[in-house]
Amino acid sequence: MTFLARHRIILPVVSLAVLLAATFYMQPRAMSYFGLNLLFNLAVPIALATIAQMMIIMVNDIDLSLGAFVSLAACVTATFLNDAPMLGLLILLALVLSYAVLGAVIHALELPAIVVTLGMSFVWGGIALFILPSPGGAAPGWLRTLMTVKPPFAPMAVVAAVIIAAVTHLLIMRSGIGTVLRGVGGNARSVARAGWSVIRLKALAYGLAGLFGVLAGMALVGLATSADANIALRYTLLSIAGVILGGGEFTGGKVSPTGAVIGAFTLTLAASFLSFMRLSPDWQIGAQGAILILVLTARLIFRQKGSEA
Amino acid sequence: MSVLSRPWLWSWLAAAAAFSLTLGLTSGRGAGELGYAALSFGAFAAIVGLGQMLVITLGPGNVDLSIPATMTLAATLALKAMGSDPGTAFLGLVIALAVGFGTGVANYALIFLLRLPPIIATLAASLIYQSLAIWSNRGLRIKPPAGLADFATGRFLGLPNVAWVGLALAILVWVVLERSVWGRWLLATGQNLRVARLAGVPVELVRASTYISVAVFASLAGYLLASFSGGAALNMGQEYLLMSIAVVVIGGSSIAGGNSNVPGVWGAALFMFLVVSMLNSYGAGAGVRNVLTGTIIIAIVIAASSRRART
Repeated sequence: MTFLARHRIILPVVSLAVLLAATFYMQPRAMSYFGLNLLFNLAVPIALATIAQMMIIMVNDIDLSLGAFVSLAACVTATFLNDAPMLGLLILLALVLSYAVLGAVIHALELPAIVVTLGMSFVWGGIALFILPSPGGAAPGWLRTLMTVKPPFAPMAVVAAVIIAAVTHLLIMRSGIGTVLRGVGGNARSVARAGWSVIRLKALAYGLAGLFGVLAGMALVGLATSADANIALRYTLLSIAGVILGGGEFTGGKVSPTGAVIGAFTLTLAASFLSFMRLSPDWQIGAQGAILILVLTARLIFRQKGSEA
Repeated sequence: MSVLSRPWLWSWLAAAAAFSLTLGLTSGRGAGELGYAALSFGAFAAIVGLGQMLVITLGPGNVDLSIPATMTLAATLALKAMGSDPGTAFLGLVIALAVGFGTGVANYALIFLLRLPPIIATLAASLIYQSLAIWSNRGLRIKPPAGLADFATGRFLGLPNVAWVGLALAILVWVVLERSVWGRWLLATGQNLRVARLAGVPVELVRASTYISVAVFASLAGYLLASFSGGAALNMGQEYLLMSIAVVVIGGSSIAGGNSNVPGVWGAALFMFLVVSMLNSYGAGAGVRNVLTGTIIIAIVIAASSRRART
């Protein structure tokens, strides 16, 4: 195995660094505490959602309902959690649990996750519309304070990213249970033979995804101060792209939490970078697609070197 | 194999149930209108669903997320070229299909040359198609030529013309899948790519032609939908992303690939329209409607999969 193939994390780091350097070159004023915070503010909920998607991809499934789920969590946060904190907390807890149950059901009945989550996206979206038929609600004061806090030395978004990456890295890459969870994606049967209950592990992976999905919704409301039922629908595709940009694979339990966080930040930065380039708004979405393709093309170098060795 | 174990049965049963439940409310009045509307709107879902079915048949991980963008781009460019002038319907069709062919080739090039996972490749490419559509459309709403609009909203032998198109395509796909070498190659590739390659199936050719077919189907659906609804809109394809996957799976095709089901796609397409009109006529709000739609989708998937397990 070559150096590059062993250290897959280099690719996301280099892409983020290149994009960041290009952004600073275009707009030197972004190179400040305030500028960085503006650039990466909205990346925090996306990073949390990407981690949630990563938990699902880790066990060889894919979640098409994540955007709707994050929107629902945001709606609950902006209404119940603000008006009746205890009840709000209970609902959010129930959402996390329902994700765990979903994982267990998908495994027990051998259902295709892509379809079940597709159906669930209607369910989450429907409940969100029920709770908040029109945009509104308000962010709880403590959440607003937390998301706009100004820590010394580095802006909130950067500090949050480091914390998210560190916690999930410890959980998924370093801890015993994290290794087993990745093993479910690698070879579920041998994990079962080793005496683990795969259904519980899948429930755990989905439960973790639910937890991070809820956190993403809360973080989003803390930044946006209100919510609506469609606030985070684009997160479904963004989170999948973020996981892959971060060096993850769709199968085999090959994921990287740090990479996923960096991937989410790269995607967010790509959008800001394009607006700094004064590109016509018509082409911004397309250029985002082009950047995505470009970064993923770089994966070829890693993949081929890895397989040759 | 008995009739009961046919996977497509469930989508048709569900569609029939939704149909009769809706009519139960009106005690039978409006059956013709409801059926006509279901066939018209179901046709678009069926056409994109047939394309998506071919791709999903290729095996795990194969799915085309660029369908909505391809629909929008094909419709936009076709309507722009026609510019509401009479007698240009054929030109528009050719342009739409050419756009579909182009996006199909582009999608496959990304998948093959850059070895991207199809989900990511079609997702990233769809962003570019979307930009192209925005750039060429510029918010204009060009009406389709009158003759074409009449065709898209018209009927023949009591059935909507778009349903005839969808039906013809379904029969074509069914014959190709069941009776042609290409169809057998596709199924073999979906069942086991490695084995198919070792058995001499030109796997990459099959994959390329499949990704081109789905894009051509999507462009045709976009062309018809824009003619049907009086112009192309940038968000016209949006709902067909989830719809195309949903009709394939509800229709009884295996999401794991290698097993496709043409009649089920039509049943599911009718069902997806009928269930919404059923919930509407029972006065369900948007929230309740979505929750029930999702629950029903999952219930059908569970019913279909436990059925398969037993037989």
